[in-house]
Amino acid sequence: MSGILPWALAGNDRARGDGGVLIYLRKARETLIHGVLLLCALVSVATTLGIIFVLVHQSIPLFREVSPWDFLTGTRWAPLLEPRSYGVLPLIAGTGLIAAGALLVAVPIGLCTSLYLSEYAPGWVRQGGKPFLEILAGIPTVVYGYFALVFITPEVLRRVFPQTEIFNGASAAIVVGIMVIPTISSLCDDAFRAVPRSLREAAYAVSATKLEVSTRIVLPAAMSGVMAAILLALARAIGETMAVVLAAGMTPKLTFNPLESMQTMTAYIVQVSLGDTPAGTIEYHTIFGVGLTLFAITLVINLLAQRVLRRFREVYE
Amino acid sequence: MSVAATLFRPRLGRRRWLGIVFQALCLVAGLVAVAILVLLLVHVAGQGWPLVSWRFLTSPPSQLDPENAGIWAALLGTVWLMALTALIAVPTGIGAAIYLEEYARRGRFMQVIHLNIANLAGVPSIVYGILGLAVFVRWLLGSRSLLAGALTMSLLILPVIIIAAREALRAVPKSIREAAYAVGATRWQTVRHHVLPAALPGIMTGIILALSRAIGETAPLIMLGALTFVRFAPGQWTGEYSFTPAGLWAWLTRSLDSQFTALPIQIYNWASQPDDVFRRLAAAAILVLLVVLLSMNALAAGIRAWQQRHRMW
Amino acid sequence: MAAEASDVVVTSERTVTASVLNLAAVLPTRGATATTPAGAPVMRAEDLTIRYGEFAAVRNVTLDIPPKQVTAIIGPSGCGKSTLLRAMNRMNDFIDGVRVTGRLVYNGQDVYRPRSDPVELRRRVGMVFQKPNPFPKSIFKNVAWGPAVNGYRGNLAELVEESLRKAALWEEVKGKLNKSALALSGGQQQRLCIARAIAMQPEVLLMDEPCSALDPIATARIEDLIDQLKSQYTVVLVTHNMQQAARVSDRTAFLLLGELVEVDVTSRIFTTPGDHRTQDYITGRFG
Repeated sequence: MSGILPWALAGNDRARGDGGVLIYLRKARETLIHGVLLLCALVSVATTLGIIFVLVHQSIPLFREVSPWDFLTGTRWAPLLEPRSYGVLPLIAGTGLIAAGALLVAVPIGLCTSLYLSEYAPGWVRQGGKPFLEILAGIPTVVYGYFALVFITPEVLRRVFPQTEIFNGASAAIVVGIMVIPTISSLCDDAFRAVPRSLREAAYAVSATKLEVSTRIVLPAAMSGVMAAILLALARAIGETMAVVLAAGMTPKLTFNPLESMQTMTAYIVQVSLGDTPAGTIEYHTIFGVGLTLFAITLVINLLAQRVLRRFREVYE
Repeated sequence: MSVAATLFRPRLGRRRWLGIVFQALCLVAGLVAVAILVLLLVHVAGQGWPLVSWRFLTSPPSQLDPENAGIWAALLGTVWLMALTALIAVPTGIGAAIYLEEYARRGRFMQVIHLNIANLAGVPSIVYGILGLAVFVRWLLGSRSLLAGALTMSLLILPVIIIAAREALRAVPKSIREAAYAVGATRWQTVRHHVLPAALPGIMTGIILALSRAIGETAPLIMLGALTFVRFAPGQWTGEYSFTPAGLWAWLTRSLDSQFTALPIQIYNWASQPDDVFRRLAAAAILVLLVVLLSMNALAAGIRAWQQRHRMW
Repeated sequence: MAAEASDVVVTSERTVTASVLNLAAVLPTRGATATTPAGAPVMRAEDLTIRYGEFAAVRNVTLDIPPKQVTAIIGPSGCGKSTLLRAMNRMNDFIDGVRVTGRLVYNGQDVYRPRSDPVELRRRVGMVFQKPNPFPKSIFKNVAWGPAVNGYRGNLAELVEESLRKAALWEEVKGKLNKSALALSGGQQQRLCIARAIAMQPEVLLMDEPCSALDPIATARIEDLIDQLKSQYTVVLVTHNMQQAARVSDRTAFLLLGELVEVDVTSRIFTTPGDHRTQDYITGRFG
């Protein structure tokens, strides 16, 4: 018996006369493997549940100190200095301003280049464009942050606007924009590719130019795919951390001036972690409060994007 | 020709000209992106290349003596971190993908899981850091260790691996599975001996790309307390260890439990200091990181090209 | 007529003879009044050869398209009839690696000369496709889009109504012009595509197997429509359905493997084809 056991488990299931035991062992092995694989899949569920639980549970002490309403609508963020104030709006404003600026950079460039690549460009240009976008997407965010701080601010922004601060929102917006161009570009490319050829032919057949076909037939037909791309890029820009830490600085400010320094939600979380914040203090719990806000915002945007994407796929598949 | 036909004013010249203007604008937009990338690479290379040397790669970082600083600790930390992360995330990710593609029944539950994974892929990396801080550091392991870092990074890249592996599995044609079932193979045998080998190049490409993303991640590691200044890297073999199993085990657990730093953290540390010396060190470290990333991406592209030429179907 | 038909078909089985007789019986009811083309041809292919890479889809075709008549192009699948049709409004331009030699003369000029503008050509030469492909817009916008983009200065609403009437669709959609075109049935969508094409006031209307995706009732309605359209437009119709060609067209061209085997008045080509290949095709020997 013991001689057969390891051999059967090893999987060499050639047919033998004594079928009974081997079949039982094989079934047991299959069930075991099924179970292990299921566990692997459940890790993702556990991760989501873990994130939600940790964020909510560890934010409670914070919300005992300040009401959620005051937290979300307060305009002064000073959890570490006296007098303390826990209004998160400056962080949200900083995040929003940089994300909006990033979209301002990324959407025109990403949309136009992907429209050009999909409708106009000859084959070899399209082949060259893909690896270029992959390179752009592969550069780590610290590198972009470094570039913003060391080059864009002194050499570009300060030459044009001498009053630009060393840390400013504009340089952060520019590099984050560059970072999300590949996201927009690849999703828009998928969207344009999904528009059927027959639609383009119908438009050409009524004497339309390539520009008219691309912008007035293909683009509107792909619009929900484009919207999903923009939403996903927005969520990514909101979640960006190291680039904005290096480029925009760590001073929370409720401002609309991109040339000033500002702090995003993500930068604040990093700031607290860099310091020596003992567990259990209010400062420690602000990590989770801000993290919860950040998570909630990106979750809503991502869910919306998935909804739009699903509707787009239903039409074209 | 009907009367109506004469009412057309097609203005073809103007419409053609608009098309040319649009093409020019698109080209400009593309060139702006290219220019920024080129500027970035040229700047980094210019600043950092003079500093890259064998000594740079093998010296520990030094606040007081920036002239002789190096990235030894950071490199070692990155290597350990990536090795551990791969060890944890790759089997789990492939296992989950196999379950979702080959074993699970289609239905509402599957849709929810799929949506869940897609959302996890979009969660900001710093949230994973927060999760790792609360669960691995504070609760499970009690210290800011390499193992906690690896576990957190594994969770971070797990959705990416799962999505890539699922695509690779889905690309394997049904006929291969059907042929295996037809000769009496069990589900696992079909997967292990037929589907998985066919999907392997695609899966490997996905893993390499996921790891190349993980290498550049900084925020979660900062959350976990990857210190920005660590002189001694994990895994260093000192005299107190012996070459016995017990000694090896001691070395392993000590390393897993040690504090660590990583290359992107070192870059951040140097870049955030206003001194020009440190900025140049940062550029040099960035250069090393980019070279590593470039090789990984080239490897992935090579595998993809190999797969195109040696398709099994 | 019937006696001549059975004389021509020498080695026929009864069913084959019967099919030829069917065609012959159908012919006198439509089309087929002119025996020679009236007036100079509107369009003329001169030694036209179209290649996709190495493969020649159309070889040395010389064909006249007479005005205000329906010219049908028939032949087995893959014989190049769609390629030939699409050459007439330069829709083949969108395929990579296509090469055209020879001339396609329209309005006295070679359509493929170096500096010619295909957009201009397509205003005069419209096309209806095999599968109905309305824009995902309202019915009104579908018909009005082409003229609007081309700077139509008259009353768009009148133009839309007139086009829909000519396409025999007006009565069915007049109350819901703002509804999406995708909500229409297949046959209605195809008539909408016809309305869209004729709203551009073309001189020539190219139709690429317009009924092959439709049910028989919708097909019959469109065949009626084609018969009415030819009083105003020159129609070139590609079809794989010989009976349809016999019913609807005035002249028929038979293409085989890219070559123009024979072109003649429809009634003659279906009863006394000159070439034995035509005869073989018509009697169902292949294709």
